[in-house]
Amino acid sequence: MLDLSWMAWTTPTAVFFAVIFAILVVFGILHAIRPSFERVGVLGIPTQRGDRLFVSLLGSAFIHLAWLGLVGASLWWALGVSLVFAAAVFRWV
Amino acid sequence: MDTKPVNQRAWLMVAPVLVIVAFSALIPLMTVVNYSVQDIFGPGEAYWVGVEWFQEVLRDRRLHDALFRQFLFSGLVLLIEIPLGVAIALAMPRSGWKVSLVLIVLALPLLIPWNVIGTIWIIFTRPDIGLFGVAINAAGLTFDHTARPLDAWVTLMLMEVWHWTPLVALLAYAGLKAIPPAYYQAARIDGAGPWSVFWYIQLPKMRGVLTIAVLLRFMDSFLIYAEPFVLTGGGPGNTTTFLSIYLVKMALGQFDLGPAAAFSIIYFLIVLLFSWVFYQALQNVGRADRAGGGPQG
Repeated sequence: MLDLSWMAWTTPTAVFFAVIFAILVVFGILHAIRPSFERVGVLGIPTQRGDRLFVSLLGSAFIHLAWLGLVGASLWWALGVSLVFAAAVFRWV
Repeated sequence: MDTKPVNQRAWLMVAPVLVIVAFSALIPLMTVVNYSVQDIFGPGEAYWVGVEWFQEVLRDRRLHDALFRQFLFSGLVLLIEIPLGVAIALAMPRSGWKVSLVLIVLALPLLIPWNVIGTIWIIFTRPDIGLFGVAINAAGLTFDHTARPLDAWVTLMLMEVWHWTPLVALLAYAGLKAIPPAYYQAARIDGAGPWSVFWYIQLPKMRGVLTIAVLLRFMDSFLIYAEPFVLTGGGPGNTTTFLSIYLVKMALGQFDLGPAAAFSIIYFLIVLLFSWVFYQALQNVGRADRAGGGPQG
């Protein structure tokens, strides 16, 4: 068995990657059941469901960073803002 | 609906790539994320600190300065190299033995290893023995890239432009060569001058390759490390310390793996954001061309 102790896993980071992985799996399955179609939203670029997921995740990362830099270390509100942002992206982008 | 036959065997062909990506990108990236929330003293000696490193890095004035310098550098690179590259491509011969000669001369800087480029320019700009340094000092101008920040920037920009403008020129030249002669004939019949030909035929036809050139030059200059590290080492002071130089100082110089990991993630996110924006621009340039050029839409 590989010794992976140098990767310094922690429970929160493992949960983080598990959630990301689970989202990707769910979207993969969703794509197989109900393929998404392309549309042009408020950004003026054609996007599919996967594009909107990418924008949501990248935007959420920057929302969390902005929260850390401007507000404080408690990130639950940032998570909430990110979820609202993601909902908006899936609705309008 | 998709009516093509489904053949899942193609996934087997993708498997080696997935393994390579996992080893070269995913596992290191996951490790960086793990390190960014801990204080790392060595293997098995890590202490949870939460988002402390991120806060520290986000409030680091030197990081803000390095980020500003990085954007300034990349912006200047694009502003100089793209128009200059296009101008060189327009001036290049279109046929005959001169083409080979010009292509070889243009390609030379691209073939030199990046750290050697830095060394070449150190010697070239030395005020005592370097051709450039001696010449400019003889002209009555004080020039010393080791002591004067502006001189260091000028030297860096000259080096960068010398090194990478040929790539833009070669891409633009390829775009120019791909324009069918019929366009020029039509322009001649319409009595279009050189400026109209450039503005209405050559530039639109080069849009695709120029977007690639912008993308490549932005990414490369944003991640630049070897040349400024060799030429100035980030100095004088911190005036040419770009993000990657600062990152390496933090990670390997001070062995602050936690803050360096947090810094890397922020750096990665910025690069990811810009890559996505440029990628979308690239895709939509192609789309607009297709919509205007043919029935495919």
